Amino acid sequence: MTQDHETNPPPGAGTRRSGEVLLEARGITKQFGDVRANDDVSLVLRAGEIHALLGENGAGKSTLVKILYGALEPNAGTLHWRGAPVRISSPAEARALGIGMVFQHFSLFEALTVAENIALALPGGTPLRDLSKRIRSVSQDYGLALDPDAIVADLPVGIRQRIEIVRCLLQEPKLIIMDEPTSVLTPQEADQLFLTLERLTAEGCAILYISHRLEEVKRICHHATIMRHGKVVMECDPAQETAGSLARLMVGSAVHDLKRGAQAAEGGPRLELRGLSAPPDGPFSVALQDINLSVTGGEVVAIAGIAGNGQGELFDLLSGERRAQDSGAIVIDGTASGHLGITLRRRQGCGFVPEERLGHGAVPGLRLSENIVLTRHGTGDGLVRGGMLDMGLARRMEQRIKSNFDVRMSHDDPEARALSGGNLQKFVIGRELDRTPGVLVVNQPTWGVDAGAAALIRQELIDLSRQGSAVLVISQDLDEIFEVADRIAVISRGHLSPAEPAAQLTRERIGLLMGGLEEGQGKAGHAA
Amino acid sequence: MRLELEKRAEHSRTMAVLSPLLALVLTLISGAIMFALLGQDPVRALYTFFIEPLTASWSLQELVVKAAPLILIAVGLAVCYLSNTWNIGAEGQFTFGAIAGSLLPIVFPGFESPLTLPLMLLMGIAGGMLWGAIPAFLKIRFGANEILTSLMLVYVAQLFLDWLVRGPWRDPEGFNFPESRLFSDAAILQPLADGRMHVGALFALLAVIAMSVILMKTLKGFEVRVLGQAPRAGQFAGFSRNKMVLFAFLLSGGLAGLAGISEVSGSINQLTPVISPGYGFTAIIVAFLGRLNPIGIFIAGFLLALSYLGGEAAQVSLGLSDKTTRVFQGMLLFYVLACDTLILYRIRLTRAYAPSGKEA
Repeated sequence: MTQDHETNPPPGAGTRRSGEVLLEARGITKQFGDVRANDDVSLVLRAGEIHALLGENGAGKSTLVKILYGALEPNAGTLHWRGAPVRISSPAEARALGIGMVFQHFSLFEALTVAENIALALPGGTPLRDLSKRIRSVSQDYGLALDPDAIVADLPVGIRQRIEIVRCLLQEPKLIIMDEPTSVLTPQEADQLFLTLERLTAEGCAILYISHRLEEVKRICHHATIMRHGKVVMECDPAQETAGSLARLMVGSAVHDLKRGAQAAEGGPRLELRGLSAPPDGPFSVALQDINLSVTGGEVVAIAGIAGNGQGELFDLLSGERRAQDSGAIVIDGTASGHLGITLRRRQGCGFVPEERLGHGAVPGLRLSENIVLTRHGTGDGLVRGGMLDMGLARRMEQRIKSNFDVRMSHDDPEARALSGGNLQKFVIGRELDRTPGVLVVNQPTWGVDAGAAALIRQELIDLSRQGSAVLVISQDLDEIFEVADRIAVISRGHLSPAEPAAQLTRERIGLLMGGLEEGQGKAGHAA
Repeated sequence: MRLELEKRAEHSRTMAVLSPLLALVLTLISGAIMFALLGQDPVRALYTFFIEPLTASWSLQELVVKAAPLILIAVGLAVCYLSNTWNIGAEGQFTFGAIAGSLLPIVFPGFESPLTLPLMLLMGIAGGMLWGAIPAFLKIRFGANEILTSLMLVYVAQLFLDWLVRGPWRDPEGFNFPESRLFSDAAILQPLADGRMHVGALFALLAVIAMSVILMKTLKGFEVRVLGQAPRAGQFAGFSRNKMVLFAFLLSGGLAGLAGISEVSGSINQLTPVISPGYGFTAIIVAFLGRLNPIGIFIAGFLLALSYLGGEAAQVSLGLSDKTTRVFQGMLLFYVLACDTLILYRIRLTRAYAPSGKEA
């Protein structure tokens, strides 16, 4: 109990920082293979406080939250609940302590009613009628109107989230963890949520609030912990910061030296998007709205944005894995190509590298030589003749890519899953660069890749463009974007801002665009 | 302390070979225990079951007769399972192929020409394909689970056969037995050697060779493996999942149909209410025991055929129920699937994490 007093701030250090310490994490470290997702992370959560956890994707927020909620075990470090050391080895134990969680993606059965869904999460024995009454009273108390008899399938996402929150509230938690709660809400629904959160904190509940939306954090959070690359880089009072300074803290500003060279002489546009729109193709998918972009031979254009704002959907449309409704919305080297499948687009000289290396860009259980056939069976490389595979040629290509792109492996031609993230990414990108594609679209080129491999990959992308190819990079990593891009556009909720020369853009402005601040102003997004 | 499954970096090639052997040993041990519990001498019982059938020429021929349909069906199923398409209804495709192929000798018994047999075989293949196309269509069009639809169509096909041989196709000179007329000589597959072995065995051999080439050497075989292991990567490669579902069902249905008409034409020579001792289901075990590899399936087909013969021998000389065969087949599949875990995982004893941390 003595530690409590040491961590208490001096009196008057802030009105909200004086609540009782509920949960404290000390020196949490979690290792996945050779990636350290959490590195000596410490965090103090107090009653009556909304505590923001900020960071880019991959900064380690989710890992930390899973450890707090008992879904993962840390490799080192301790958790303390009200000063006493605890071991939280399952979500059930977390709930027993009084920790509740509202997930970003809902876990509801669509065919069941609201009350039935909630009953499933509670210990058995409560008659459904009593539960319905409790749901009504709790939801009214907190201004989260819910009809317990409604079928979930009929409800919009905002209401579905209410179910998750009410389900959590029925367990009377002391601490609620919310993972990007507003990412699926309309502004009005979000406002309603904020009122509920204030009400909860007034009652002494603690809230750990994970969000990318900086204005929102500034508005409702009392304290913020900012993580980068698995470490806590800063704690602050978000009200004292600007959205710009928070964005800068999140993305950092380390810069490696890359040889940029002069931009190649202006060629014609090689990849053009003209008013590309697409409806969402699933419940958690983002609609793309009137996207316009032109990438010229000789330049690298980067699309920045927080994950889940339509990058995956855009990539699928660009690659032809999903066809565009309007064939003229995607123009490759002057040819309307929106209706073409991925193999035909590859024949037009395009190369694609998806975000997910294993399972999308490569088949984990197949050898590297076989994974070369995956994207190059239809591109006239001679790998297929009369339906028969030439695996000897595939193995020679594997050797070539291995030595040209420094892919390191423990033995010859291993299965793709045996390679480390960085080496597999070098292979997956090398496989496309080996063809010298006229248009290259890369989604998250250095996601989870170590610094050395990342620098090599970025250099290769720049070099390709300088040979006259059009390179489009979709990335969440601002450091990377500033290193490689000649022009930058920002995607937010399916809208793409106009691409602007990288030299004229600041991190703050990109951070603001990513946070959706200029959404709806559409193509006029120049006022900063 | 607890046991933990730890993922290997790559598939273990040693374990891929050892796994079916390990499963076989575990099955034999469990079988010995089962025989002991039934009051039999385990060694004698196992001998009767697995060795005795291999000691006579007629029973070796019988082994080939039983292995051929298993192998023929299983190589088709292997393509399904490799592409992550779950055709459980080969028994139905076998039955419907047999019905379609028998149309000629039963409805047109006077049509006797060198064309009779080839036409029958083609109709048998077409019948199996048609029966396989139904679950494929339902999956592609409506997203219906092919495990359920293909399985339920087995019972439809069996009841249809039952109705045919008791009703319209009953032999007019058959003393009201539920059997069709006997096929004419022109409609019977030639025997090989002097016993019950017939040309159907060659079809199985050809199918093994053809499927080996297709799976290992062609783009189609590559497509099968990619779509089966990583559908998203298959889409990225430009392969169509729906076309693969249809391809897998037509191929396995066609081979099962060929097995059906070969069995009827080569061994039974007429349609009866029951034409298969569960070949279509046993072939599922054959496919997995053979590592979904045509050569492996060839070996596994003989092993499972032996379990049929052994079951008959155990009935005759030990007085055991014919259900012992089913139990052996079930145990074998169970152990094969369990041992397959070891191909991608290793078992490890770990100590539980103690929340001591550095401060404690």
